[in-house]
Amino acid sequence: MNVDDEKNKSAGGLKSSNLVQAWLVLVLAVGFGVSLAGVQLMLGPVIEGNKLNETLEKVPELVLGNLLAAKMAGENQTLEIVPRQVTVEKPGRNKFYSVYEARYQGDLKGWVVKTKGQGYADTIELLLGLSPDLHTITGLFVLDQKETPGLGNKIITDAWRSQFVDAPADRSLVVIKTGASRPGEIDAVTGATISSKSVTAMINTTVGDLRKPLTTGPSSAGKGGKNNG
Amino acid sequence: MADLPTATERFINGILPENPVYRQLLGLCPTLAVTNSLKAAITMAGAVGFVLLCANVITSLIRNLLKPHLRIVVFTLTIATFVTIADRFLAAYLYQMSKTLGPYIPLIIVNCIIICRCEVCASKQSPLVAATDAVGQSLGFGIALSSIAAIREILGTGALLGLRIMPASWPDWVIMVLPPGAFLTFGLLLGTVNWITARRGGKKTA
Repeated sequence: MNVDDEKNKSAGGLKSSNLVQAWLVLVLAVGFGVSLAGVQLMLGPVIEGNKLNETLEKVPELVLGNLLAAKMAGENQTLEIVPRQVTVEKPGRNKFYSVYEARYQGDLKGWVVKTKGQGYADTIELLLGLSPDLHTITGLFVLDQKETPGLGNKIITDAWRSQFVDAPADRSLVVIKTGASRPGEIDAVTGATISSKSVTAMINTTVGDLRKPLTTGPSSAGKGGKNNG
Repeated sequence: MADLPTATERFINGILPENPVYRQLLGLCPTLAVTNSLKAAITMAGAVGFVLLCANVITSLIRNLLKPHLRIVVFTLTIATFVTIADRFLAAYLYQMSKTLGPYIPLIIVNCIIICRCEVCASKQSPLVAATDAVGQSLGFGIALSSIAAIREILGTGALLGLRIMPASWPDWVIMVLPPGAFLTFGLLLGTVNWITARRGGKKTA
């Protein structure tokens, strides 16, 4: 009888003491969780704002090119930027694109599309500028990347990105290891063929996905590439 | 308690005698990865310093409540919380820098310097000692990171913090800003530090 009592006691004691022992962990977890939620509530909008600011800041140069964008900024003129969400149906899932419609005095000047995909190291986020008729690429900006420093991260340089400006968008771009000469050919970054290819493939996919929704959408009423400059 | 180092000793130890990078060889992941520019290295050292200070103080405050077999859980929980806070702050107020550092900020969670200080110092000594220890170790870490980063940036790009240092004819040693450069620089600096210590300490060095 006595032994049984002892056994029960120790079993029950152990169980409860396990919980009791963990009280500090539990209390800390709750406390830290609350403070993290607080930090996120406070900073989340700021972080989202940073990304959006960067995007909006880049829209003029992506649509108009550096020179014209600088000129417009100098003259204190701005583009009207209308964000919208485009859903593209893919087999098995829907893909969402954030599209920014850039208008100047009512005329459609072009589109900026946010797109992302797998790079060599991590996800690459791109902003892609397209002419209103989707015939030409007007600009490229890398919003987020974690490619190899010194090699793959050269995709963010002006020199490399400028190859895409005025590249044709109505056929697939091809990555060439050295000496791209014809339109639609892109020189790979030396030592970073994978990063170069993923960026190019993302652009090809994005343009392909968006051709139909953007050129037949309601806001492409002023269709035609005449306002390209 | 009596034979544990005092606050001042802890502080001084962290800077060179027990430098986390050059003496203890801890926290080498950020040491090798983010030292291709001085600015990134300083930001990283600042983030580690913030996390280390907060984690050390909290650990020290609750040191009498810690159960031996649950202590690592508590350390990790505390560290992870402050790393997340640091990460969010960088993304909100140093957006470009947080883009540069990328995954290395979240990786501070597994930085062994911090868990080592919690274990060695904060879980045994008062918050004041723990705080000075954290500051000393952070300074030591910052000095180590900055020294490697400065050498790599100067040799690799010819400039430091945007300031041209080398003559214009300097052929940038691109390899110095690439990963191999980190190993080369770190190895040479570590060798130098050991050599200096050996010469100074004579027979005392183990």
